[in-house]
Order: sequence, then C-alpha cells, then structure tokens
Amino acid sequence: MINHKETDIAVIGAGAAGLSAGAACASEGVRTLIIDREPLPGGVLLQCIHNGFGLHYFKEELTGPEFAGRMEEKARQAGAEFLMDHTVMEIRNQEDKKELVLYSAEDGVTLVHAKAVIFAAGCRERNRGNLGIPGDRVAGIFTAGLAQRLLNMDGFLPGKKAVIVGSGDIGLIMARRLSWCGIKVETVVEILPHPSGLSRNIAQCLDDFNIPLRLATAVTKIGGSDRVEYVRIAPLVNGEPDLSREETIECDTVLFSVGLIPETELIRNCGVTINPVTNGAVADGNMMTSVPGIFSCGNVLHVHDLVDFVAEESELCAKKAVQYIKGRIKGGSQIPTEAVKNLGYVIPNSALCETTRFYMRPRILCPKAVLTVRNGEEIIYQKNVLHVKPAEMITAELSGEKLQNLPEDAKLSFELEPVEVKS
Amino acid sequence: MEEYDIAIIGSGVTGSATACVLSRYDLRIAVLEKAADVGFGVSKANSGIVHGGFHYPLTTLKGRLEIQGNLMFEKLQYDLDFPFRRCGILVAAFTEEELAIVHKLYLRGVENRVPGIEFCSRERMLALEEKLSSDVMGGLYAPNGGVVEPYRYVFSLSELAKANGAEFFTRYEVVKAVRNQELWELTAVDGRQLRAKWVVNAAGLFADQVSEIFGAEKFRIVPRKGEEYLLDRNSKAYPSKVIFPVPTAHSKGVLVIPTVGGTTMVGPTAEITEDKKDAATTAANMKAIFAMAKNMVPAVSERDLITSFSGSRPSMAGEDFMIAPSEVVPGLIQAAGIQSPGLTASPAVAEYIRDLLKEQGVRMTEKKHLVTSLPQVRMIREASLEEAAALHQENPSWTRIICRCEKISEAEIVNAIRRGHTTVDGIKFYTRAGMGRCQGGFCSYKILKIIARETGMSMEEITKRGRSGNLLFGKITELAEKDEVKS
Ligand SMILES: Cc1cc2nc3c(=O)[nH]c(=O)nc-3n(C[C@H](O)[C@H](O)[C@H](O)COP(=O)(O)OP(=O)(O)OC[C@H]3O[C@@H](n4cnc5c(N)ncnc54)[C@H](O)[C@@H]3O)c2cc1C
Ligand SMILES: Cc1cc2nc3c(=O)[nH]c(=O)nc-3n(C[C@H](O)[C@H](O)[C@H](O)COP(=O)(O)OP(=O)(O)OC[C@H]3O[C@@H](n4cnc5c(N)ncnc54)[C@H](O)[C@@H]3O)c2cc1C
Repeated sequence: MINHKETDIAVIGAGAAGLSAGAACASEGVRTLIIDREPLPGGVLLQCIHNGFGLHYFKEELTGPEFAGRMEEKARQAGAEFLMDHTVMEIRNQEDKKELVLYSAEDGVTLVHAKAVIFAAGCRERNRGNLGIPGDRVAGIFTAGLAQRLLNMDGFLPGKKAVIVGSGDIGLIMARRLSWCGIKVETVVEILPHPSGLSRNIAQCLDDFNIPLRLATAVTKIGGSDRVEYVRIAPLVNGEPDLSREETIECDTVLFSVGLIPETELIRNCGVTINPVTNGAVADGNMMTSVPGIFSCGNVLHVHDLVDFVAEESELCAKKAVQYIKGRIKGGSQIPTEAVKNLGYVIPNSALCETTRFYMRPRILCPKAVLTVRNGEEIIYQKNVLHVKPAEMITAELSGEKLQNLPEDAKLSFELEPVEVKS
Repeated sequence: MEEYDIAIIGSGVTGSATACVLSRYDLRIAVLEKAADVGFGVSKANSGIVHGGFHYPLTTLKGRLEIQGNLMFEKLQYDLDFPFRRCGILVAAFTEEELAIVHKLYLRGVENRVPGIEFCSRERMLALEEKLSSDVMGGLYAPNGGVVEPYRYVFSLSELAKANGAEFFTRYEVVKAVRNQELWELTAVDGRQLRAKWVVNAAGLFADQVSEIFGAEKFRIVPRKGEEYLLDRNSKAYPSKVIFPVPTAHSKGVLVIPTVGGTTMVGPTAEITEDKKDAATTAANMKAIFAMAKNMVPAVSERDLITSFSGSRPSMAGEDFMIAPSEVVPGLIQAAGIQSPGLTASPAVAEYIRDLLKEQGVRMTEKKHLVTSLPQVRMIREASLEEAAALHQENPSWTRIICRCEKISEAEIVNAIRRGHTTVDGIKFYTRAGMGRCQGGFCSYKILKIIARETGMSMEEITKRGRSGNLLFGKITELAEKDEVKS
C-alpha cells in the first residue's frame, strides 16, 4: 500500500534552514510539512554542542541544540507539521504540483503532494577520498563532522592522538573538543596560505590549546597497516609539496575538515540547474531554482558560516514560496548578478526590483576592502568591508528604489577591491 | 582434529571459485582465509573487468583460461546473481604505431576465436563510444568483454560453496603444514588445526610463502601494484564500454571503466613493489592516471573523484599462471601467479583445478542434493514503489534508508551481517553502503550501531576490515572513569 499526503509547502530538511523556512511558511497560514530523515529536527546543529549560535537572530549566544530547539518550537507554534524519520527519495515535477517520494520504516512508501517545495537538505562533508590524499586506507580516518557526531551524540572516542587536515571551522572546533577530552591534537594542517575557519575559532580552539597550525602544507601520505600510524606532511613550494622537507607525525587518527558540498542529488535529478561555483542551485530573486515551484535555502544553496544568515535567508525563501502558491510571485525579467572581482559568487543569481540582501564569498584575505556594485560603469552601491577573509561571508542590502531605477538591460557586477591601511 | 578431503588456502576469487566447483561433489571441503572476510585480498582491489581474450596467445595457460572463463559469466550470473554486464571493450589507438599494435591484438583475437571482435576505423570507434576523444585514430572492439563487481562475485561463489557444504574459516592464517600418514596437518596462527588429504594453494600474493610452509616449490611472487581512482556516478565521463589504451609489455595500461555499480573508474598503474602489504596510493600516480585517462576520455575530471585504492597483482617469473600439482611434495595443488586476468579466468581456473585433482585420483561423485543457484539479492534502490511497499510489509527496515548516497536500507545491511560480513568493509563490499560520494560520512555511525546490535559486539570491537583496525576507542564516560581521558 502506498500512502498519500497533501500539503501546500513541503520543506525537505529540518535543519536550521528547514526549521526557519517551515516556521515562516506556517506563520503565514499555509499548510506546511517539514520532512527529515533523522529522528530529531535540528540537522547539523544537534552535534554542535558549543556556543556561538544565534547572536544576530535571537540576540543571545546559544548552543546548536538550543538554537534548533527554539526554531523547532517556533515552527510548531506556527502550526507546521513534522514528518521525521522519513527519507525523501525523489522529487517529481508535475504540471501544477510536486510529488515527493518518501521511504520510512514507519509508513513504508508515502507520496506527498505539494504546491511548492523548499529544498533545505544541507551539505555533506568533503572527505579524504574526494581529495585523493595519498596513502593507506586504514581505520582512524574520519571527517570532522562524523567524529563530532560520534563524540558529542554517541559518546565515543574516535582516537587518542590526532592530526586535523584542513582548518575549516568544524576541524577547529573538533581540535578544541578533542583537547578537552585529553586527546592530543598534534597539529592542524592547511594547504592554503591562510586559515579557512573563523578567526575567533583559530584563537579559541587552537591558540588557547597551543595546537600548531601549519599553513601552506600538504599531506603527502597517511600511513598504517590496520589503523592510522602516521601522517607525512610537507610544505608547499610553488604549489607542490617540497619532499626534502617532509616530516612524519605519529598519530592514530586523522580528521578531515576540508569543506562542505551541497547535497543536490534530488533537485539535480529533477532538472534544477546547479551553479558550478557554489555547487548549489542557481537561485533567482525569489529564491526559486530553475524549476518553478522548487525553492532552496541554507547550506544546500551555498555554504554558510553563520546559522543566523541561514535563518534570515530561509525566512525570505519561505516568504517567496508562500507568494508563489498564492499566485502572487513577481514574474517577468530579473536583473542578473555576477561576481567579477575577488569574489567567489553572489547569491541570488538575479534580483527583483525590490530591496534585496545579497550574500557573497570573498576570495581574498585583507584588512580592508571596498565592495562596489556596478551596472556597467555606473556605481550603484559601495561600502567598506573590514577583515576580509574567505572564511567569512559578506552581505550587502540594495534598496528597492535603487534597483527600480535601473534600465531594462541592467546587470549587477559585484567587485571587491583591497585598500591599503596605514598601520 | 577435523578431517577434510580438500583444504583450500585463500578465499580470493581463485579459492572461492574452486570451492564452489568442488562443493558439487561428495567431498568435505574447508576454505582457510587469514583475513576477516572472504575476498579481502587482491580479489577486492582490481579493475573488475571480464577481459576479452585477445591479450595473450593460447600457448599460455592464462590465455586459454581467460577466454574459457569469459564465456562462462552469463550462466554464473544467472545462477549466482552478482552484478555483471557484458558491455564490450574498446582498445583505442592514437598513433600509427599504436594502430599497428592494435592490429596484432586483433589478429590474436581472431586466432583465439574471440566472438565478434572487430578492427575499427576512427569513425567506427567514435560511433561506438561517444565519450572517446576525437583524436582517436582507430582501434579494436571486443563485444564479449564486460564488467563485474568483483567482491560480490566472490561473495556469491563462497555462498554457493557454503550452501553445498563447504566450510569457510576466516581469520585462519595457515602457518604450519606437516605431512602425517598421507594427510596434511595444518595449523593456524592462533593454534587451530585441521587435516586434509589435499591442499590447494590459492594464497594470491602469499602463494610463495605458503609453498614454503609445505616445503614445496621455491618461487617468488612479485607484487605488481596498481592504483585505481573512482569517480562519482554523476561524472560525465561514464563510457558505454571499457576503454583500453594500447598495452605495454607489463600492463594493459590505464583504462576508463564503466563499473557495474554506475561509477566511472580510471586506472590501474603497474609498478613492481617490494612490500606485498603496500596498498598506498601516491600523488604522482594519481596525476599520471588522470592525464592518461583524459587523453582517451576528455570528460574525466579530478573534480568527480570519490575515492581511490590500490591492489597488487601476484605475478611471477614467466608471467603465466602456475596451476599444477606440486612436483616436490604430495597432496598439494599450486595455483600461483594468478595475476590479471585472474578474475576473468576464475571459473575456468576452478574447473582446471578440479580436473587436476581428478587426474590425481580424487573421486568426484556429484552430490544428490545439489544447490545450483542462490536466491536473488534484493536491493531497495532497484525496487518499484509497489515492490518497496511490499517489502515494507515483509519487514519495515526495508524502507529505512541507511546509506543515502547508494540508497541502501537497513534490511540489506542486516542481511549482510547475518551472512557473516561483520566488518565495516565487509558490509560495504556486500551492500555498497558507504561506497558513494560521502564515503560513509553520513552512514558509518548508523552501520556501527547496527553491527553492534546484530552481533552483540561492542562498538569499539568493530573493525574496518579485521585485525587491529578498530574504528573507535571506547565510551568516553568509561574511559574517563579509568582516567584515560577527560569527559
Ligand atoms: C560542524 C558545524 C559547526 C558550525 N558551527 C557554527 C557556529 O558555531 N555558529 C554558527 O552560527 N554557525 C555554525 N555552523 C553553520 C550553521 O550551523 C549551518 O550552516 C546550518 O546549521 C546549516 O543548516 P541547514 O539547515 O542548511 O543544513 P543541515 O543542518 O545540514 O540540515 C539539513 C537537514 O536535511 C535533512 N535531509 C537531507 N536530505 C534529506 C532527504 N533526502 N530526506 C529527508 N531529509 C533530508 C538532513 O537529515 C538534515 O537534518 C556550523 C556548521 C557546522 C556543519
Ligand atoms: C590493480 C589490479 C587490477 C586487476 N584487474 C583485473 C581485471 O580487470 N580483470 C581480471 O580478470 N583480473 C584483474 N586483476 C587480477 C585479479 O584481481 C587477480 O588475478 C585475482 O583477484 C587473484 O585472485 P586470488 O584468489 O588468486 O588471490 P587473492 O584474492 O589475493 O586471494 C588470496 C587469499 O589468500 C589469503 N591468504 C594468503 N596467505 C594465507 C595463509 N597463509 N593462510 C590463509 N589465507 C591466506 C589472502 O588473505 C587472500 O584472501 C587485477 C589485479 C590488480 C592488482
């Protein structure tokens, strides 16, 4: 027997993005169904037992599970329905609605019919295999997020002497977490010449524990016969490891914190265009993907470093999805956006003539820079940005007024120019 | 001490196929394997190709067994239900010299009676394979070549052998063999013992050491290492056929392989190593492999890499298989030097070994109650919605998805555990759980819990693939009590 279920908006994923989007949809009075494969809502927040969530959004410092709990409460209060422990296997794009195929131990097969879908399925972690890091395939190699889960949610020790590869935030936080447990973290190895994580995490998670950070350094081998026994590293010279300066570090565990990749399989299979830079969907000014009625937000759209931005973006996405099912979405042409200088990308990929907040990822590291938005030669917007680094997203809000006054064929070019600062 | 008619040392494809054939007869068979699961030697780390039978002349044993083995795969797949597809093989030439070599291969293929083999023009090659680089000058097409999931194939062989009474002993490393009253007394490293009238040495890379244990022929197995790189199932490089370059003296070169599992694989290299246990991949080989593969299929990209591995071919002087009764000691059949095409040849190798044993006087009477096929291995990702709903009625865990990348349900994982695969790699090779793009990032903690629940092992006892490859070091709270860590 196949079960059927109707809703107005189906939200895939009950992480920070799905919960915020779901709460916002439900509070506008539309039937909202939030679906997640895990038994508890919260997504990756549940394993982030450290502080640092919600400073902007809730105006207080919360742990991940606390943030998730508040969001869940908001969504439930607003009347959103939850379907936990259900995996979305497929999204089918039908004429006037979307059909979701769900598998669960509880109900078997369920088809959900929805007028719109908000896709908030989060990321997977890039891993050792994906990078082709040389060496042996032995026990003791984990992604940092998996190790975090095993430690924080299941209470298991992944190792006793660790090397962390990649200076992403999860890796930094794990360096501290392991140190708290009395596990020796030998070093954090980063291939780039600058750290990938937030500065506050470098200070609080490495410096406070005297864990050395090796920049511009590559892992040349992970060795061992059954379990990790050592890691070899070498400094990079002109992009290649200098093997004459190779060093061996004994350890039993290697954690990889080398980036997150949006999990877009489901929407890709139903024809959504993917942005090769973000690996997430191409989203327009309505936060809608190239398939009408499928919206996307959170880490699956682009990787965020702050949950507050996730919440903000997801609420906007929800508002647009509600407009869509009410037939009130603004159609017509939108103003395309592009990242031209020192920026990885700009989201959304096109804008409506209304006040819009843009999110962008810098590609440079400098104390100060000027962000300029132009249409051709004409400067539309400018602002100073301090402490620019790839680890921290930049946002810019352009007013509806400015956007309305642009000509038909306008295009918004975003560029970031470093500025000299006198010390 | 238990007594067997035949003890097979090694449960790779050679040992398992041999056990499968011999178990049809009224014989007591023991398969002794030092690893934690069957097929964990060379047989799990190779290119998974059922070769076409045009690389070697029929004057070699491997050449004869390759073409014979190739022809046996449909029947085997029908009986044993393992992933196999006869997708065909192309050998692509990019220069005049290469084309001349390919022509020789073609003539050999004709001589070896390779069904349907074709010498192809550039246009024909491009029509046969749209992923091929347009720089191709011509080549060879062997429609009889195919791809197989090697570990699943070995598991199936061992399961049918077990169904017919063969006994498999894992973590059983044979370290001593004593001839006593017409029998071999075998001792494992942990002291376990058994006796057998006949022994088959199918120890792969360690066949030389096993031969030495028996005081038999002295030879040396030279490991020839090969690295392979797996690309995501979304990769645009996935060809319709296996694409080979023009071979060199020691290897068939770097191939672009459409695996039966739906991923694209590029490799292998061929490098003599000293260390049989060396399974490390290197940055230099990765670079070289991608460069060569891109030459043939431009859509190959490092961006799609999901993982890599390495295996070593057990080669020996003369470069042929050595399958023969020992001339030094009685009661021992050597099956050594089983390098490539060992996988392809395996069904024929097994029958060849059976015939040798027959010639040596082993009585072969077929069993009265013979199991000839295995039940289908059901997979949720291949079920229609109606079938999935029916499976859920049978057991709700069929619709609890554990591995999201490969879409593997809890029921499939439990089935693998109940069939004796209790390491994380054993489950991975049996079900594909953890083989996808996240490489277990999402599902491994769930799989650990299922293994613990089903086997009664504690989480910290579970290993990646046996021995001391434990994944976790214990519960923090318990370790904290012992002052080993802080909680
Ligand atoms: C380890 C870590 C540490 C962080 N630390 C901080 C910090 O200190 N401060 C801060 O502000 N931010 C931090 N962040 C960033 C922020 O928390 C995340 O960006 C945010 O939680 C992501 O939310 P999300 O909903 O997009 O994704 P997720 O939380 O990953 O949620 C996605 C959900 O979708 C579900 N799902 C996916 N596919 C399916 C499917 N097919 N069917 C059903 N369900 C599905 C998943 O089960 C999951 O629950 C951190 C992030 C990580 C990963
Ligand atoms: C990179 C690579 C690519 C290849 N590609 C192909 C291909 O595409 N097609 C093809 O046909 N062939 C291919 N081959 C060759 C093929 O994989 C081998 O010929 C085949 O797997 C050998 O099987 P085996 O059973 O003889 O050895 P193994 O699989 O190594 O089995 C031997 C077993 O014996 C066990 N053992 C050893 N010593 C002892 C002991 N003392 N006591 C108990 N047990 C012991 C080992 O643990 C092992 O499990 C390839 C090989 C490599 C390395």
